[in-house]
Amino acid sequence: MIKGRVWKFKDDVDTDQIIPARYLVTTDPKELAKHVMEDADPTFPSKVKEGDIIVAGKNFGCGSSREHAPLAIKGAGVSAVVAESFARIFFRNAINLGLLIIESPDAAREAEEGDELEIDINQGIIRNLTKGKEYKIKPLPENLQAILKAGGLMEYAKERLKNA
Amino acid sequence: MGMTITEKIIAAHAGKDYVEPGELVTVKVDLAIANDITAPLAIKQLEKYGIDKVHDPNKIALVMDHFFPPKDILSAQQIKISRDFAKKMGIKNYFEGQDSGVMHTLLPEKGFIVPGDLVIGADSHTCTYGGIGAFATGVGSTDIAYIWATGETWLKVPETMKFTFYGKPQRWVGGKDFVLTVIGKIGVDGALYKAMEYHGEAIKALDIDNRLTIANMAIEAGGKNAVIEADEKTIEWVRKRTNREFKIYKSDPDAKYCCEYEFDANKIEPVVACPNLPSNVKPVTEVAGTHIDQVFIGSCTNGRLSDLRIAAAILKGKKVHPEVRCIVIPASDQIYKQALREGLIEILAEAGCLISTSTCGPCLGGHMGILAEGEVCLSTSNRNFVGRMGHPKSQVYLSSPAVAAASAVLGRIAHPDEVAKYEDVETLITL
Repeated sequence: MIKGRVWKFKDDVDTDQIIPARYLVTTDPKELAKHVMEDADPTFPSKVKEGDIIVAGKNFGCGSSREHAPLAIKGAGVSAVVAESFARIFFRNAINLGLLIIESPDAAREAEEGDELEIDINQGIIRNLTKGKEYKIKPLPENLQAILKAGGLMEYAKERLKNA
Repeated sequence: MGMTITEKIIAAHAGKDYVEPGELVTVKVDLAIANDITAPLAIKQLEKYGIDKVHDPNKIALVMDHFFPPKDILSAQQIKISRDFAKKMGIKNYFEGQDSGVMHTLLPEKGFIVPGDLVIGADSHTCTYGGIGAFATGVGSTDIAYIWATGETWLKVPETMKFTFYGKPQRWVGGKDFVLTVIGKIGVDGALYKAMEYHGEAIKALDIDNRLTIANMAIEAGGKNAVIEADEKTIEWVRKRTNREFKIYKSDPDAKYCCEYEFDANKIEPVVACPNLPSNVKPVTEVAGTHIDQVFIGSCTNGRLSDLRIAAAILKGKKVHPEVRCIVIPASDQIYKQALREGLIEILAEAGCLISTSTCGPCLGGHMGILAEGEVCLSTSNRNFVGRMGHPKSQVYLSSPAVAAASAVLGRIAHPDEVAKYEDVETLITL
């Protein structure tokens, strides 16, 4: 069970806003986290706390393929990203790194900055505790569940190579 | 039921006769590529999991292009990590320095990609190779690490959108204007998860450079890939570069498209994408007069030889406006040398352009032309997001090289007609 405060962002948040290219000279999540979402909200890195939840509109993570984007979000301690929709490369990257991302148009649209969300993965439910509303989560395809179950794509690769 | 080009290439690489949209398949990858930003993360993943050999070093290419030549100590270290990895794994196709370039210009130019290939890259503009009839899409570093280790990846078969361009491309109009027109119409998530297949006589009329430009920007509409059926022009272009066998895939007459768009090329004029989204597209005449501080002609979108020819044709005998930095970056060493032989570099240098060795540099606000607060750049690259080329309060407009060159002369966004007569330069422009 995940519970956290909502930080709300708009549609089309691109990876240049999530982690600007000027910081891509390192792959250290903690270093990257110092600048997470900086070009969308310069004060975000100093405000965000362990366990908080990013909520955004459509096409979150569009633009470049930089895996530094989900790494920076993870590095900042964000527990989940809920959005109306995700750009496809960001979606893959997040799954591969084990960052919880949930596509839920209604939950994303209706949540406001400062709301408290509770995410129950096992039951497939998002609860907006501030607004007293519940939203069902669509389950992931089986192959992605297998990757998540293995603990990320590389764990999955290791298993596969061992059995090959 | 028939299949589209994208479905056929995916099916062939999944060992299947038939696939349909939504199906999840495991595919064999012909080439898995990464750059100096994304490779180090992939290498770190392999090391972390103790995977000390790659599936097939010949199916990997590494191109150092983003912060190349290294802009500081940290970026030099990222490049060193990539170089050491290439040596250790026996990866011959490692490019840095001489005979190199911007990855998506370099790899097709060197004949590494042929029609029908399935290419996966840790770089979002990998979709460029659809311009020569390949299936190509971008992923992140961990996906690439997995492919390097296993030779395979999973894909969801995308639905295909069909874009048909009738008529004839008008003067000053090229692939960039076509693709910006499409993105302006469908939006930055208009092709989310989908394949974008281009058809029509106006597409066939374009040279390979311009087709690569169109495929390059599929990602700016959220697309998984773009594809243009290989034709005689493609075969000739590819044959000059490699002897590798290839198969040309064509969409069946009864292939299924999720939606179809038609455009009349006769009515498409030079356009620009205004800040801060590639979909914010307007005819250049509507924004003509907008002040600019920098012009960038280059990138994987428009840094090819035909782009430099247009820019040089317009700038010949003229001067860049004194208050504009006009940065020109040929997208590969081969293009640089050919531009030298054709006298293009001299024309551009005499006009006051700043010409650099090939790098992605300014496109992503990396180096070689960063914007200060409030500065405005007209760029031939692919993204104009907030802060893309520098300060979060700087602005980027996107255009073709023709509009960029004309604007460099006048110090404001301008239609090429304001600066040059098309008839005078027509012979220099190959469409």
